[in-house]
Amino acid sequence: MTQSVSHGEDYQPVFDGKIMDELQTVLQRYPTKQAALLPTLWIAQREHGWISDRIMAEVAEVLGLTPAYVKGVVTFYTMYHQHPVGKNFVQVCTTSPCNICGAEAVMKALLEQTGAQDAGATSADGKWTIVEVECLGACGFATPVLVNDDFLESVTPEKVPEIVKKYR
Amino acid sequence: MGYPHKPHPKETVVLSQHFGDVEARTHKGWVKRGGYEALAQALKLEPAAVTDVVKESGLRGRGGAGFPTGLKWSFMPKEKKRPHYLCVNADESEPGTFKDREIMRWTPHALLEGTAIAAHAIRAEVAYIYIRGEFTEPWTIIERALAEANAAGVFGTIKVYLHRGAGAYICGEETALMNSIEGKRGNPRIKPPFPAAAGLFGMPTTINNVETLAAVPHILTRGAAWYKGLCLSNPKSTGTKLFSVCGNVQRPGNYEVTMGFPLKDLLYDMCGGPPAGRTLKACIPGGSSVPILTREETEACLLDYEGVVEKGSMLGSGGVIVFDDSADMVYQIMRLARFYAHESCAQCTQCREGTAWTTKIMERILAGQGKTKDLDLLLDLSENMTGKTICVLSDSCAAPVVSGIKKFRGEFEAYLAGKRPVPVMVS
Amino acid sequence: MADGMINLTIDGAPVSVPPGTLVIEAAKQAGVLVPHYCYHPGLPVAGVCRMCLVEVEKAPKLQIACATTVTEGMVVKTQTAQAKDARQSVLEFLLINHPLDCPICDQAGECELQDFVFQEGQARTRYAEFAKRFNPVEDFGPDVLYVPNRCILCTRCVRFMEDVAKEPVLNVSERGDRAFIGIHPEARLDHPWAGNVVDLCPVGSLLSKDFLHKARAWELDKTASICTGCSQGCNITLDTRDEVVVRVRPRPNLEVNRYFICDHGRMHYKWMNRGDRIEAPLVRAGAELKATDWDEALDRVAAILRGAEGRTAVALVSPGASSEALALAKRVFTGFAWTGAFQVVMGEEAPLTGVPDLALRAERAPNAKGAETLGYTRDYAQALAAAKSAAVVLVLDDPDCAVETNGTLIYLGTVLGVDAPCRRADVILPIANVAEEEGTFTNRDGRTQRYYQAKPAPGMAQPAAWVLGQLVAAMGLAEAQR
Repeated sequence: MTQSVSHGEDYQPVFDGKIMDELQTVLQRYPTKQAALLPTLWIAQREHGWISDRIMAEVAEVLGLTPAYVKGVVTFYTMYHQHPVGKNFVQVCTTSPCNICGAEAVMKALLEQTGAQDAGATSADGKWTIVEVECLGACGFATPVLVNDDFLESVTPEKVPEIVKKYR
Repeated sequence: MGYPHKPHPKETVVLSQHFGDVEARTHKGWVKRGGYEALAQALKLEPAAVTDVVKESGLRGRGGAGFPTGLKWSFMPKEKKRPHYLCVNADESEPGTFKDREIMRWTPHALLEGTAIAAHAIRAEVAYIYIRGEFTEPWTIIERALAEANAAGVFGTIKVYLHRGAGAYICGEETALMNSIEGKRGNPRIKPPFPAAAGLFGMPTTINNVETLAAVPHILTRGAAWYKGLCLSNPKSTGTKLFSVCGNVQRPGNYEVTMGFPLKDLLYDMCGGPPAGRTLKACIPGGSSVPILTREETEACLLDYEGVVEKGSMLGSGGVIVFDDSADMVYQIMRLARFYAHESCAQCTQCREGTAWTTKIMERILAGQGKTKDLDLLLDLSENMTGKTICVLSDSCAAPVVSGIKKFRGEFEAYLAGKRPVPVMVS
Repeated sequence: MADGMINLTIDGAPVSVPPGTLVIEAAKQAGVLVPHYCYHPGLPVAGVCRMCLVEVEKAPKLQIACATTVTEGMVVKTQTAQAKDARQSVLEFLLINHPLDCPICDQAGECELQDFVFQEGQARTRYAEFAKRFNPVEDFGPDVLYVPNRCILCTRCVRFMEDVAKEPVLNVSERGDRAFIGIHPEARLDHPWAGNVVDLCPVGSLLSKDFLHKARAWELDKTASICTGCSQGCNITLDTRDEVVVRVRPRPNLEVNRYFICDHGRMHYKWMNRGDRIEAPLVRAGAELKATDWDEALDRVAAILRGAEGRTAVALVSPGASSEALALAKRVFTGFAWTGAFQVVMGEEAPLTGVPDLALRAERAPNAKGAETLGYTRDYAQALAAAKSAAVVLVLDDPDCAVETNGTLIYLGTVLGVDAPCRRADVILPIANVAEEEGTFTNRDGRTQRYYQAKPAPGMAQPAAWVLGQLVAAMGLAEAQR
C-alpha cells in the first residue's frame, strides 16, 4: 500500500544514518511495521520539532504506509505538533480537578509573562507556546504543567515567574 | 503512604509501602525489599495455578470496570496455537485519577514483576506497557527499571516493551489501546471479538491496569486468603486500593485503604477535609466518568465496587474529585463535558455530535444565554448518548451532566434566571 | 427448515439464514430494511453510525444489526419504541451540523439521509441557535469533490480505499466533532477505481465532478446495462435524462463486479450521446450517397448478396456488437466462403486489488469472447487483406475500419467520419448504439449477460440485429424458412 511521494530537493530526510539505525531497533519490538508508527513519529518530532506534511510522507515511505494514513494518525494524537511551536512547549492542565484549584489563573499568568498572549500562539521571540490541555493525570498536584519533557507539579501563579526565568 | 504526605494510621499500606523511597526504584533496592520473590514463586507454578491464586484472592481490575482479574486471565485459550500478548494499561488519563503514575514513579519494579507474573499466567511471550505520552517522568523511571530488570534476566524468555502514547484519553479503553499499539488511530473496536479471542495484532490478548498488576506479587507472596481477608464490607470487593483524592481538600494525594473503607474518613481524616472555612458540597468518587454524589451521599458511602453503586455512582478508577461550597458545579460540569468532546474519537454519531452539543449548551447556560428548555434538552441528549455506542466515552459525558442536573438543579436554574455571575473563562 | 440453517424471527416474520449471517442481512430476507449508513455489504463492518440499532430479545441493550450475528431462536424487533427513538436520535445528531442544502445537492432524491429522515426522523431541530460546522469543499481527485459539511463520517469511502482498493489515500482526520475525511496534500484520489466512493457515499458529501449539477435524481430514467469499457462485463445502470445518458453507475452482481465499476467504465458513456449520427440508410448513386428508406436500402443489399452468392465474403466486426448481431452477420452469408474477424483495442489492466477476479481488463471490448464463440477470428490483418479481393465486405460498427476492397462494401454503423474508408461503401445502414438497443454480451469468463435499451435511436437508425435479421429473412435464411 505504499504510495511514494516525491520530496522537494531541499528536503533533508529525517531517517538517515543514526536515526535510521534507531528506527531499526524500534521495528524489532513489533510484528508489523505499521505498529512502529507512533514511536517513529516521536523520533521525527524529536529531530524536527514538529511533524510536517513532508515528514509524514517520509514516515509513510519508511514504514510502507501511505501519507494519508499517517496524517490520519498524526491528527488523532494531540501531542504531535502539526505546526512549528516555540522552544518551550508548555502544556497546562485545565480540566475540572485542576480547574477548581486555580488552573486558569496559572494559564493566564503564563500567557502574560511569557509574551505568548494567546493559547496556542507562539511568543514573538519564538521561545514560548502555551496550550491548555485536558487532564495530565496528576490531579492531586494541581496545577501540573509540562514544559517540554519536564513535568512540574503544584504550579501556582506565584511560581510562574520562576518558571519563566528558568526556561527563558 | 499518601505521598507526598505522611502515612495515615488508617491506611492499609501494601502497594504504597515504598512510595517516597528512592532506593525502592532500583532493582537492587527492590530485591532488598523482598521484590521478585513472587515472580520466582510464580514461575515454579503452572500458569493455570497462578491464575487460580489470583482468582481466589478476589482481585478485581483497578482500571475502572472492576472485572475479576483471575477470571479475565482464564479466558485466554487453553491450547496455545498462536502468540499471546499482554498489554499493560498505563494510559492513566481519567480526570481525578493519578495512582498509576505514583506506582510507576516509586515502585516501577512492582509493575514489572506483576507484568512478568501475568505474562506467565496467560502464556504471553510479549508484553507491551502502554504509557501515556504526557507521563515523561514515569516513562524515564520505568525505562531505567526495565533495563535493570532485563540485565538481571528477570523476565526469562518474556519480552517487555514500552510503548508511548501521544495524547488521547480514549487510548485507555482496552481495544483503542491495542489499535494505538498497532499504529492506528486510537479507535475502540466493536466487541465481540473480545481481546482474549482476537486482541492485539488479532492474537489472544489480556490487558490489565497498572495497579491491578502491582497487586499481583503481594497476592502470590502473602497468599490469596490474606488478600481476600482485606475486606471491610462486601466480600466481592477485596484487597486494598489506592484512592487519588484531588480538588478542594487540604491534603490531596494517593491514599491506600482496604476495600469497604468509609469515603467520609478518607476525605476528612486523611485528606483534612475541605479548605478552612469551606464545607463539602459534592464528590465524584471514581474518576470523572461516574455520577456525582451529594455531600450526604458522599458521607454515607463505603469505598468498594458495591458500596459506591449503592449510592448511585461507581468506584471506577478510584479518582476522588472533591468540590467544596465555593465550586461552581455548572462550570465544572461544562469543563468535564468539554473534556469528553475534546477526547471523542469521532467514530460513533451519538458521541461525536452529542459531546460537542452538550458542551455548547453548557457554555450557553454559563454565558447567561440559557433557555428554560435547556435542562430537559441536556437530559434527553444524555439519555440518547447512553448505552448506544461502541465504548462508554459517550456515557461518561452524560453521567456528570445527568447527575449534576439532578442533584444541583438549583445552580443551573440560577444561571437560567440570570442570577449567577458569568465566570471568567481563559479560553 | 433447511439443515444447518439458523432460524430467527424479525418483526414477527420467521427467516432461515446460513450461520454467520448478520442481522441486517437476515432482515432483508424478511423484507425489512434496517436504516443504516456505515454498513455496506461490500465493505468491512465498522459499526460506527449506530443507526441500525434494533431490539434483540434478551439482550440488555439495543444492538446494531450490522455487527450482530444471528443465533438460533433470536427474536429481533426493529419497530419498538426504544429502537425507533434511538434511531431518531441518531438522525437528530447527524442533522445538527448538516447544511440541509438539498435544493442544490446532487444527492437529493437518492440520499439515504433524506430517505431515513423522511421515514423515521422528526420535522424540527433543537440545535437552532448554534452555528453549524463549516469546512470548505475540497478537490480530492480527477472526478471527486468532497463537501465536508454534508459528511456524516460513515467512513465507507475510507474503508473502500483501504480495504478494497488497498490504497489508503483517504483518512479520518482529527477527532470528535472536528473530524473530517482527509487526504494528504501531496496525494490524489486518482486510483482507477476511486469513483466508487461517490456511489458508496450515502449522502451528498462525495460528488462526481462529471455529474455535478447535471440532473436531479428524480428526473433520471434507469436502465440495466452492461459496461462496454472492457471484457470484464460489469453490470451497470445507465441513467438517462431526456434521452441523454448522463451517468453510469454500478449495478450489484456478486459474481462479476460485486458493487463496483472502474472509472474508465464510469466515464465510458459520452460517445453514446454523439449528435453526428447516421440517421438514414444511404445508397450509392454514382459518386454520391443518397438517403433513402429502409425498404430500398435492404432490397439493394439483398440484391448484392444474391448476386455474389457462392463467392467470398468478409465480415469486419466490432467486438462491441451484440452477440445477436454477430450471429446474424454470419448467417446472412450462408452459402458464401465467409471469413469474420474483429480487432480489440488494448489498454492497461487495472485490478481492484481487494476483490478477486475483478479488474479493468486490458482487452477494452465487451464481447470479444462472444465474437470468438460465434466463429470470428482475431486475425484482423489477414481478414483485411482478404477483403481486398472479396466479392462482398460487411463492416459492422467499426467506423475507423481501414477497409479496402474491389468488391461491394456494406457498412452498418452509427457514425461516418468525413475521411472514413467506409464512406466508399455501396450501402450504409444506420444502426443503434448499445444504449439504444437490447442484446447480450459474453464476458471474458464466458458469462452471457443482457443489456436493455435506455434511449431511442436517432432518426431511422435500427438495432444491428434487426437490420441483419431483415436481410436474413430476405435471403430466406431465417429459422422458420429453413
